[in-house]
Amino acid sequence: MAEIHLKSLAHSYSPAPQSPSDYAIREMDHVWHQGGAYALLGPSGCGKSTLLNIISGLLSPSEGDVLFDGQRVNDIPPEERNIAQVFQFPVVYDSMTVFDNLAFPLRNMKVDEGKVRAKVLEIAEILELQELLDRKAKGLTADEKQKVSMGRGLVRDDVSAILFDEPLTVIDPHLKWKLRRKLKQIHEQFNLTMVYVTHDQLEAATFADKIAVMYGGQIVQFGTPRELFEEPNHTFVGYFIGSPGMNILEVTRVEGGVMFKDQFIPLSDHLCQFLNQNPSANVKVGIRPEFVHVCDEAIKGAYSCDVRHVEDLGTYKILTMELEGQILKARLDEDQAVPENTAWISFPSQWLKLYVDEYLVPDEPSADQDAADSQDRSDSDPSQTTEVRQA
Amino acid sequence: MNKTENNKAWFLVLPVFLLVAFSAVIPLMTVVNYSVQDIFDQNTAYFVGAEWYREVLQDPRLHDSLIRQFIFSGCVLLIEIPLGIAVALMMPTKGKAASLSLILLAIPLLIPWNVVGTIWQVFGREDIGLFGWALNSIGIDYNYASNPGDAWFTVLLMDVWHWTSLVALLCYSGLRAIPEAYYQAARIDRASKWAIFRYIQLPKLKSVLVIGILLRFMDSFMIYTEPFVLTGGGPGNSTTFLSQTLTKMAIGQFDLGPAAAFSLIYFLIVLLVSWLFFTSISHLDKSE
Repeated sequence: MAEIHLKSLAHSYSPAPQSPSDYAIREMDHVWHQGGAYALLGPSGCGKSTLLNIISGLLSPSEGDVLFDGQRVNDIPPEERNIAQVFQFPVVYDSMTVFDNLAFPLRNMKVDEGKVRAKVLEIAEILELQELLDRKAKGLTADEKQKVSMGRGLVRDDVSAILFDEPLTVIDPHLKWKLRRKLKQIHEQFNLTMVYVTHDQLEAATFADKIAVMYGGQIVQFGTPRELFEEPNHTFVGYFIGSPGMNILEVTRVEGGVMFKDQFIPLSDHLCQFLNQNPSANVKVGIRPEFVHVCDEAIKGAYSCDVRHVEDLGTYKILTMELEGQILKARLDEDQAVPENTAWISFPSQWLKLYVDEYLVPDEPSADQDAADSQDRSDSDPSQTTEVRQA
Repeated sequence: MNKTENNKAWFLVLPVFLLVAFSAVIPLMTVVNYSVQDIFDQNTAYFVGAEWYREVLQDPRLHDSLIRQFIFSGCVLLIEIPLGIAVALMMPTKGKAASLSLILLAIPLLIPWNVVGTIWQVFGREDIGLFGWALNSIGIDYNYASNPGDAWFTVLLMDVWHWTSLVALLCYSGLRAIPEAYYQAARIDRASKWAIFRYIQLPKLKSVLVIGILLRFMDSFMIYTEPFVLTGGGPGNSTTFLSQTLTKMAIGQFDLGPAAAFSLIYFLIVLLVSWLFFTSISHLDKSE
């Protein structure tokens, strides 16, 4: 059993960090609950591997604590933490057979040989490695190797969390799907906490119940795939999640709304009130291409844009337009009329998000309701929210 | 495909043939030529068949130095390979200390062989040499010029000093090529230091070790300069190895026929042992 709590955690690779940019991980508080399937999603260099190595103990954090079930483990080396880690490039012990590879952690723990055998056979069956047990690990394919390295974590009874560091990077695309299914299945079968690092949103969304999006050394949002899509908490989440990403417009504040160049965008009273209380000049609005309303004739309140081009992706089309010199994208259904030359677009108010200093200004509590009504049980658990500190 | 057309291609490889002929085949054939004839002067030569070979193979001097040679090469490998691995494992991996230790290790390899012999010749003397004098002054009776055991010890020590660096440098490069993830995975798998060495480092060092063992075997089997300078093959014949016996025969006594036969046998032994070693290793690889 392990609930992993990162308490005021920060890490810097430089010995005397001065500015926030010296930190690979900026101060954060975060809880990974026992038995959850989590993804840690972010671009290269955002600190996700650093965070993973801190959890497993390969790295010692420069500030803050790592707690396993409330117990501080900062000074406990990885070999004494109940954690397994699967690396980007499959690590197998070349000179050993698959059986010996799987038995390796148990033999290191001086487990009775009869028990080793039983356990290895059990795990080999789950991972569908029975046929390969007598083969040398050297000649295996990448996906088989990755299964072996995963198996070394699963054979140990004491493992309560498995950390995956982009484990499918070197796997052929058609096997990725299979292996991901396997992971999901293992997660359901064993009561394990799994943290899966990736930069692929699709991988994250199919594997995890909840995704933590990392950007610039911080977790900027922790939520279900649907929450990340509908309520991006940070402009980066809007841009990074979704394909194509969110349209984000830099705006200036005016009475009753905001101005994008010469276009007035009205905002709700609640948002206007928030803007009035917050003096920051960094104000943006964002809307997902899926929610941009497109019309091929002029309607009231719509903005007129020049159509740049259309990409037909089979089941839907991506329309690229220009509004006041800025590129905007909209997603059109297959049967929807495609405007030529000029398109009139409008932004439905419930999907128009306001960002101040890059962070989302929450909607009125009442408007929030339908987004929160999610299928995921863990959503209702208030302790699972992430506290994100603004930089 | 018309085969006759391709014959022109032989002209293109002709330069290589000529080069190899002059650099290897012709000198080697000269030795073969000498080994089957008794040559007195330019006009007097008799074909003697395998007589020189028979004579050389029955020569007790050859037997003695062959045995000595195998013992020497065996000792060299037994000491230098484990020691080289151990040094490579202990070397720092990062920063200035790493470059410094690489430079220090490379120094013995840069010294000309007869200089190495001279260094140890002086270093080991009990009257003016630091090493010999220090041993004697702490009560150890050491004199490499009169005691065969001491002579062997000094020749071995000199070779270890001279060539362990090569093994260490080869192993060091092999160790650096192991990705960090292997060590991290091993830690998480709770592997002991020994298990890490046995199952990660040693398997990854295999190819560099094969090269290291081959080079050290061939070099030590052909050793000439250093013991020649250090002990001159003595005391008695106790440190006279194959190449020195050969030189004595060819240049000292001018027995060109037996010397040529000896050279070929010598060459074949080196070739045979290296080939046996190499094929058994690659055979082991395939059966895995």
